[in-house]
Amino acid sequence: MVKFLPLKQAVAENLNNGDTVAFEGFTHLIPTAAAHEAIRQGFRDLTLIRMTPDLIYDQMIGMGMAKKIVFSYVGNPGVGLLRRVRDAIENGLPHSIEVEEHSHAGMANAYEAGAAGLPCAVFRGYRGAGLADVNPNIKSVTCPFTGEVLAAVPSIRPDVTFIHAQKADRKGNVLVEGIIGIQKEAVLAASRAVVTVEEVVDNFDDLHPNLTVLPRWTIAAISVVPGGSHPSYAHGYYMRDNAAYLEWDEIAADREKFQAWMQANVIEKSADDFAARVEHLRKAA
Amino acid sequence: MSELGFTPNEMMTVAASRALRNDDVCFVGIGAPSAACNVARLTHAPDITLIYESGTIGTAPDVLPLSIGDGELCETAVTTVAVPEMFRYWLQGGRISIGFLGAAQLDKFGNINTTVIGDYFHPKTRLPGGGGAPEIATSSKEIYITMAQTKRGMVEKIDFFTSFGHGEGGDHRKRLGIDTAGPTLLITDLAIWKPDPVTKEFTVVSLHPGVTYQQVQESCGWVVKFAEALDETPAPSELELRTLRDLQTRTKAAHEGTGKGKAA
Repeated sequence: MVKFLPLKQAVAENLNNGDTVAFEGFTHLIPTAAAHEAIRQGFRDLTLIRMTPDLIYDQMIGMGMAKKIVFSYVGNPGVGLLRRVRDAIENGLPHSIEVEEHSHAGMANAYEAGAAGLPCAVFRGYRGAGLADVNPNIKSVTCPFTGEVLAAVPSIRPDVTFIHAQKADRKGNVLVEGIIGIQKEAVLAASRAVVTVEEVVDNFDDLHPNLTVLPRWTIAAISVVPGGSHPSYAHGYYMRDNAAYLEWDEIAADREKFQAWMQANVIEKSADDFAARVEHLRKAA
Repeated sequence: MSELGFTPNEMMTVAASRALRNDDVCFVGIGAPSAACNVARLTHAPDITLIYESGTIGTAPDVLPLSIGDGELCETAVTTVAVPEMFRYWLQGGRISIGFLGAAQLDKFGNINTTVIGDYFHPKTRLPGGGGAPEIATSSKEIYITMAQTKRGMVEKIDFFTSFGHGEGGDHRKRLGIDTAGPTLLITDLAIWKPDPVTKEFTVVSLHPGVTYQQVQESCGWVVKFAEALDETPAPSELELRTLRDLQTRTKAAHEGTGKGKAA
C-alpha cells in the first residue's frame, strides 16, 4: 500500500543498483526531482528507459550511472542534441553505454503491452526503417487472420517507474492532467511506482469521473515536491522553463562545466530547492 | 533580407503553409513544419486540425512551441490523448492526411535520416533519432517535407534510413506492403519539388522568386532534375508575411520571457 515519504527515503527504498528504471514524462511532468535524488544517492549500472530522454538522462549518463539506455528520441526538444549522451555513445565517456533504440510507436506499444501483462506488443511499424536492422528486439509476426506482417517488440516491464503528477489525495490516489504522455502505462507496467506530486488535497470528490487517476494501490510511494518537474512544467501550476532548456545546451557542451553545474545544482541541493525554481514560472492560468 | 522584401526561409515557410488545406488532419513535426502549419491555420486554413505527437489534437497555439509538448498545445487543443492512443488509434488507425516532417539528411527519394551521421554502431554524430517519424512516414496518407537546402543535408546517399520515403524509388513502397503515398511534396528555401510519377525522384517544379537553377544545384548533393515547364512560386503576400513575422515575434518573446531560474 502507498506510503507518503520524504523523497530521499522513497528513492532509497525503491531503487537499487542494476535496476531497470523508467523516469517517464513526455515533455510535461518530467520527474526531475526524483532523478536528482537518484543522482545524489549515486546509483550504478542502471538500465534507463524513456521515450524522450532529455536533460535528466543527459545528467545521469554524464554522471556515469547507466549501463544501458532504451529510448525513441534522445534530444533536447526544440534545442538540439544531448551532449553528455553523445559523449557516452560517440567517445565512451565517462564510460560506454549499451543502446536499444525504438520509435515512439514502438515504445508506446511496448509500455502498453507491459501494463496489459503481455509479453510483446504487435503493431504496424518500422516498415522500411533502418532500426529494424540494428535492433535485434524489433521482430515481426504474421497476422493469423489476414497474413499481414506486423512489427513485434518485447513489452517494457521496469523494476521501478518514477513519475511526477499534479496532486494526490490524502489516501494516496494520484491525479495526472494535461499532456499525460505514457505515465499511466509506465506506472502499471512497473513492479514498483514512485510519484512526486505538487500538492496533497483532502479528497478527489469533485473531480470529473473520466480523469486520469492512478488508484493508491498501484503506487509504492508518494513524495510531495512542489516544483519537482522543473525545468519541465506542471499543467495548472507553472510553465515550462524554455530558457533553462536553451541554457542546458551550453552547460552540457563542456565536461568540466557540466561537472561544476551538477555539483552546485544537484549534489549540494535537495528536493526542497525545487519550489523556488518555479516561482517566476507560475501564472494565473 | 534581400531586395525582394523577404528571406529565403520566410519564402519556404509560406510556400509550405500554402500546401495545407482547411480540411487536412496534419501530424506536425517540430521546427520548420510547425511554423508552416500554424501560418496555414492563421491564414487560409483556419479549421485545419494540427496534431502533435504529445497527444494534442486540434491544437491552436498562439506562439510556436519549443518542444512538441509545450503547455500551450494542450491548453488550446480540442482534446489531449495519451501517447499510445495517439500512435495506435489516430496515426496507425489511418486518421492523418498529412505527416509534415523536417530532415537532417534527405535523399532524392524522400528517405530521411535523423538518427546518426556515420556508422550506426560507431557514429560520428549521434542525432536525436526518429521519435514518431518512422511510423508517421508510413501511416500518414501523404508526407510533406520541408528543409533549407545544404549539400550536407541533401545527399546522394543517407547514412541511416530513419523514415522510409520511396526507398530506391519506383514501386519500392508497394513492394514492402506500404499502401500510403509517402513523400509527395518537398519545400525548400529555394524551390518546390514533387516526385516524378514513375521514378519517384524529387523534381523541381517551381523556383522561388529570384532563385536560379544554379543556386538549387549548388546547394544540393545530387544531380537535380528540373521539370520542363518550371513555375515561379508566388512571393509571400503581405498577409502571409505579417502573419509569419508576428508569430515569430510572439514566439521569441514567450520563450525568452520564461527568464532564467536562479538555480536553473
